[in-house]
Amino acid sequence: MKYLDEYRDPALAHRILDKIAEACGERSELAAIMEVCGTHTMSIARAGLRSLLGENLRLLSGPGCPVCVTPNDYLDRAIAIARQRDAIIATFGDMMKVPGSSSSLYQERGNGARIEMVYSPLDALKIAEQNPLNKVIFLGVGFETTAPTVAATLAKARADGVKNFFVLCGHKIVPPALFALVNDPELKLDGFLCPGHVSAIIGSRPYEFIARDYGLPCVIAGFEPLDILQGIWMILRQIIEKRGASVEIQYSRAVAAEGNPKAAAFMEKVFEPVDSIWRGLGKIPASGLAIKEEFGDWDAARVIQADVGETREPAGCICGMILRGVRLPMDCPLFRKTCTPENPVGACMVSSEGTCAAYYKYGNG
Amino acid sequence: MGITEKIAGEKITLAHGSGGIQMHNLIRSLFQKRFRNEWLDQMSDSAVIGNPAGDGDALCFTTDSYVVAPLFFPGGDIGKLAVCGTVNDLAVEGATPLFLSCGFIVEEGCEILVLEKVADSMADAARTAGVKIVTGDFKVVEKGKADAIFINTSGIGRRSRSRGFGREHIRAGDKVLINGFIGEHGAAVMAARGNFDLQSDIKSDCAPLNGIISDMLAVSEGIRFMRDPTRGGIATTLNEIAEGANFGITLDEAALPLRDDVKAACEILGFDPLYLANEGKVITIVSAEDSACVLEAMRSHTLGRESRIIGEVTASHAGRVVLKTLLGAHRIIDMLSGEQLPRIC
Amino acid sequence: MCLAVPMKIVELKDMEAIVELGGVRRSVSLTLLTEDTLQVGDYVIVHAGFAIQKLDDDDARERLILLKEMLELA
Repeated sequence: MKYLDEYRDPALAHRILDKIAEACGERSELAAIMEVCGTHTMSIARAGLRSLLGENLRLLSGPGCPVCVTPNDYLDRAIAIARQRDAIIATFGDMMKVPGSSSSLYQERGNGARIEMVYSPLDALKIAEQNPLNKVIFLGVGFETTAPTVAATLAKARADGVKNFFVLCGHKIVPPALFALVNDPELKLDGFLCPGHVSAIIGSRPYEFIARDYGLPCVIAGFEPLDILQGIWMILRQIIEKRGASVEIQYSRAVAAEGNPKAAAFMEKVFEPVDSIWRGLGKIPASGLAIKEEFGDWDAARVIQADVGETREPAGCICGMILRGVRLPMDCPLFRKTCTPENPVGACMVSSEGTCAAYYKYGNG
Repeated sequence: MGITEKIAGEKITLAHGSGGIQMHNLIRSLFQKRFRNEWLDQMSDSAVIGNPAGDGDALCFTTDSYVVAPLFFPGGDIGKLAVCGTVNDLAVEGATPLFLSCGFIVEEGCEILVLEKVADSMADAARTAGVKIVTGDFKVVEKGKADAIFINTSGIGRRSRSRGFGREHIRAGDKVLINGFIGEHGAAVMAARGNFDLQSDIKSDCAPLNGIISDMLAVSEGIRFMRDPTRGGIATTLNEIAEGANFGITLDEAALPLRDDVKAACEILGFDPLYLANEGKVITIVSAEDSACVLEAMRSHTLGRESRIIGEVTASHAGRVVLKTLLGAHRIIDMLSGEQLPRIC
Repeated sequence: MCLAVPMKIVELKDMEAIVELGGVRRSVSLTLLTEDTLQVGDYVIVHAGFAIQKLDDDDARERLILLKEMLELA
């Protein structure tokens, strides 16, 4: 299949792996590269890239899973709304099994709450149109790849006069999180593998501060094995060739330096940046999105009263440190014992692309 | 902490029905624990119960319930599934399926036309498989108590006493075969559910396997074990085979027969075809010497044109299933946990 | 957060397209793209029911050639 199969070619992949081994051989220390996209975590684990990269470098997984970094209070609010008689929750499948303080959407569905899984926010809007007596609340989670699709849907809801559709906005944006990571004294990195589809929207400029002010190479990579391997190779070449760090685009077939201005404009029209809490990273200024006042009638947080109980974080769970890349799943006392995909304690295990889920499912990658 | 203590106080969730590890644990701790006997403890697809009638053959007996939604999907319906599924559970034990019972639980308000279509499918499937539906039952429950139609079928077949399959016959070096494309049924049902708005020609592979299996048995005494990879997909079935054994199974990703459209649906929705249900496929573990002739026998049958050797049994990683990826790396394949859900991440 | 797939446009309508991958089709919104630059036969990246970017066929081809050259020569 075009644009997929040619980037999975084993012979080419192995040639790049050889080049990576050569490049690493020229350094005396192990390079540490962080990827900050859950889909990268999954792709790497699925292809078994870590085992193929071997001892040559350290590939760290950062806070790139929007489900994992969503704090409990968002889930608790969603669950509280789900329990309301006339509410229909529409959500991406990713959120269904995430544990809140005391329940999950999956469990609530078992208790009779109306929860619909959708592939697109437009499908959630359709559900609202088909159920005029209910209020339909779409759970808006995801980074800049997803936020424009939700923004466009809200604009459509307003244009079409659909009054029973709401979004509970939990979107976050990536560059401020990267800023927090580069300023984290515990984290020693040599480069970033940047998220391909987020960058298709925001372009390459938002990452320039990392190269310019912190001297760290950034390469925007696609998601197939060849993309990821080439991205890693490009980072290593920047380090070895000592040309000064820069932001490069490996995924140029889908990413332009200016990104997708129309999609970015939709985000700006509907959302505004707010301070936001990331599980494990704490509060990061201007890192979340909230619905602007002119779209206030569609903002679930504003319009829908919900009886949210006390928010609790699970004891012993070190998801936060795993998300920052300073610990591995194997370091967590709960991993594989009390925290498993069947009984997830923290979000890193329950999210299909969470670091712990990937390590559990695929071994150490 | 024992498994039963773990489930006390919990309710049944959909995960318990999805063929993965939760269902596995529930069956062991709730039912097997209470019903223990030499037949049930084998946990085979069919029980080989000897022959009260006294002649040379052994009787095999099995049951299964069908709760699929939607009732009608490309390539089949709940009726066809109910006949083929039970026929296949007998066939994979090496039995010739003979007789089926069928019990219906129907929701008040279900259209009779729908029931007629389902019954037509069952009659067709039974004819194709060469089995007779000889007894049955019919109940109606109030609206809301069942999802339109639930069907239970039980089946009886006969097998020559000398023919024995079992995990204990499996050896390192044996080959793992499958008779065609994986994930078709799971993908077809998913596409038919409508809420993802995918248009495709994906059809369920629902079919009775007794014909192809009998062709396979005719050419080889080296078939160690067979199982149909239904809910939970081939990943779950292979894990069931390897679990607790002194052998492991290696699967070759490059050898997996996967149709483009099933692959595409999986790419779009974020599913893994290894975990999608199959209803016309059999996983066969056969000695290395016989693998070529069994493969040929499979390919000569209409239900086996795309048969492949997809893996082998190994002495290493005992108890586990490992996939050799396209790039040659190895990763562990677990049993399905819960249901597979579509994702955007 | 990036599960998105490359799909081929097989039909163009107002603000919408029918896209296809491996024989599977879906309708997607073109709201986030400037549609007058799109043609049937173009490939787009599809995420959550929207086309979020058009794939640059020439760039993809050139880069793959370049990559192969770098791997053989370098």
